[in-house]
Amino acid sequence: MSAAASTSPSSVLPHPPPDDEGPAGPGTPRRQKGRATAKTVKRPLRERLRRDRTLLLLCVPGILYFVVFFYVPLAGNVIAFQDYQPYLGFKESPMVGWANFQALLQEPEFWTATWNTLEISAVQLLLYFPAPIALALFLNSLLSSRTRRFMQTVAYLPHFLSWVVVVGMFQQAFGGAGTVTSYLNDHGIDVGNLMNNPDSFIFLITSQAIWKDAGWGAIIFLAAMASIDNSLYESAAIDGANWWRRIWHVTLPGIRPVIIMLLILRLGDILSVGFEQILLQRDNVGQEASEVLDTYVYFHGVVDGDWGMSTAAGLMKGVIGFVLIYLANKAAHRLGEQGVYRR
Amino acid sequence: MTTESFAAILRHRRRHPERPAWMEQPGLPAQAIKTVVIIGMVVAVAYPFLLCLGTSLASKDELAANGGYVLFPSDPTFEAYRVVLDGGVVTRAATVSVGVTLVGTLLSLLCTISLAYGLSRPGTTAGKPLLLLVLGTFLFTPGIIPNYLVIQELGLLDSYGALIAPTLLNAFNIVVMRAFFQGIPDELHEAAKLDGAGEFRILRTIVLPLSKAVIAVVGLFYAVTYWNSFFNAMLYINDGEKLPLQMVLRSYVLQGDTFNAKALGVAVLPSSTAMSMAVLILAIVPIVAVYPFLQKYFVKGVLTGAIKG
Repeated sequence: MSAAASTSPSSVLPHPPPDDEGPAGPGTPRRQKGRATAKTVKRPLRERLRRDRTLLLLCVPGILYFVVFFYVPLAGNVIAFQDYQPYLGFKESPMVGWANFQALLQEPEFWTATWNTLEISAVQLLLYFPAPIALALFLNSLLSSRTRRFMQTVAYLPHFLSWVVVVGMFQQAFGGAGTVTSYLNDHGIDVGNLMNNPDSFIFLITSQAIWKDAGWGAIIFLAAMASIDNSLYESAAIDGANWWRRIWHVTLPGIRPVIIMLLILRLGDILSVGFEQILLQRDNVGQEASEVLDTYVYFHGVVDGDWGMSTAAGLMKGVIGFVLIYLANKAAHRLGEQGVYRR
Repeated sequence: MTTESFAAILRHRRRHPERPAWMEQPGLPAQAIKTVVIIGMVVAVAYPFLLCLGTSLASKDELAANGGYVLFPSDPTFEAYRVVLDGGVVTRAATVSVGVTLVGTLLSLLCTISLAYGLSRPGTTAGKPLLLLVLGTFLFTPGIIPNYLVIQELGLLDSYGALIAPTLLNAFNIVVMRAFFQGIPDELHEAAKLDGAGEFRILRTIVLPLSKAVIAVVGLFYAVTYWNSFFNAMLYINDGEKLPLQMVLRSYVLQGDTFNAKALGVAVLPSSTAMSMAVLILAIVPIVAVYPFLQKYFVKGVLTGAIKG
């Protein structure tokens, strides 16, 4: 708007008359004038508030929501430093400083959860992260736009299913009586019940994640690939590059900023791994294999009522994630990449 | 047909009209691998659906004869659906889910549209800090327990409000919608202003009619979130009457709870596998039903958010 407005004659007036914002009738472009001059001559706050009152009013419900359901709970993390008693509330509960954190660090279950989380994150980074890229490369290689659209439809669909449904479906195929399990058993391969096996749990949840979300994750890579200049491929081909070298020297460098951006986001999320997905299967494989930080917080806080300590665990997780994303972004900037946000 | 002419046909396969002149025609092995991958993907996605659908439609005898699962029932019966939808626990839960999804999506869209529009005009007083307030929610999560305590403090425990409030607004969706609103040409705005329209009127008569696509996408995202969420119910709801479908599905399919003939109000039950698969299919049907209509929009929606955000 500002570009168009600054060419209007009113903006050349050095000092707009004070009654400019007066009770102008409909049809008078007073607001336009006000906006244009707002940059050069700062109007009094009250006047600007009056000018923007409709827009601000529209913001009220949403902002109020974020304050109540995001910033208030954020501040509520203060109970990590309290011996929180539900009947006292967080105003009356005694402050205990870092005691919750100290107790937490001596809790073996907390370390199991941390270790499991890191292990799952590492495996998913290795196996899950490249899946959408590979899928996008494949979809991008389909020439017929009809086939490509159809395959995209197929690939995106599982993203919209709930974890309950996805785990339920896996159960029907890979559970003890599942179809794939019985088929393998009939052919002399005894895989047992893959849904209950703690040793292969990490691969089970990784394949579930790939089945559900690899297609959805491919969207952003596909878009990045679509924006690569076609003449790059053409000149590469003329220089004798075969399809593989075109992928290696043109496509992958073309989508590198997107890959790095998502890698940074993934690093920031390294301590959160598929909460709902794991929660649903925790009873099957036992907590030794499946307890992660989020489920630890849930079971020790809400279920066992150890409020202070589990909030401390949650807070620590949040702070570490925040620091990680900050550092990863900084590293990306240093390497000359764009990162998630600009400085 | 001789081998020679067969080879000749292969050599002169029709060149795909969309294949650029510089791109070599892939060899037979490459084509074969592509075809296999395509078929593999379709099977990987379709098989679980068909397995659950087939099993939900099969009769007790057929299931018993086939080791518990049937892909294509020879004599489909809707008995399992009839029983679970005949006014028992599942019917109740499905009603809750439909209600929460409809009301929740409507409220979410109202708040998202107004906030996104409020933040979309350049130079609004306090626009920057308010936008930062929204974007700040990307950086951190308050954590399960503080969230729980806020819901408790507001007296929302065990109420439908607790199923809506936690996911009412999503900063990502606001960014998507705001980016879309900002893409609407300024001239339309200018013209409407000259004609004396206020911001609210511009939103209603100009911006909204132009934004059907993004509203559809964001609405889909919200609706799917409401329909699919089970953890909020697990955390905040004790009253069995208020449990959504996903929770009931979880108890039957994953926790192995058995169907209670009395709770379902029937004397003789069909196969319990068929019934749990019927519940699973019920939990999928609304999504599969709207998906094809919205699919053409959502890629655009995702990308606006990803790139402009």
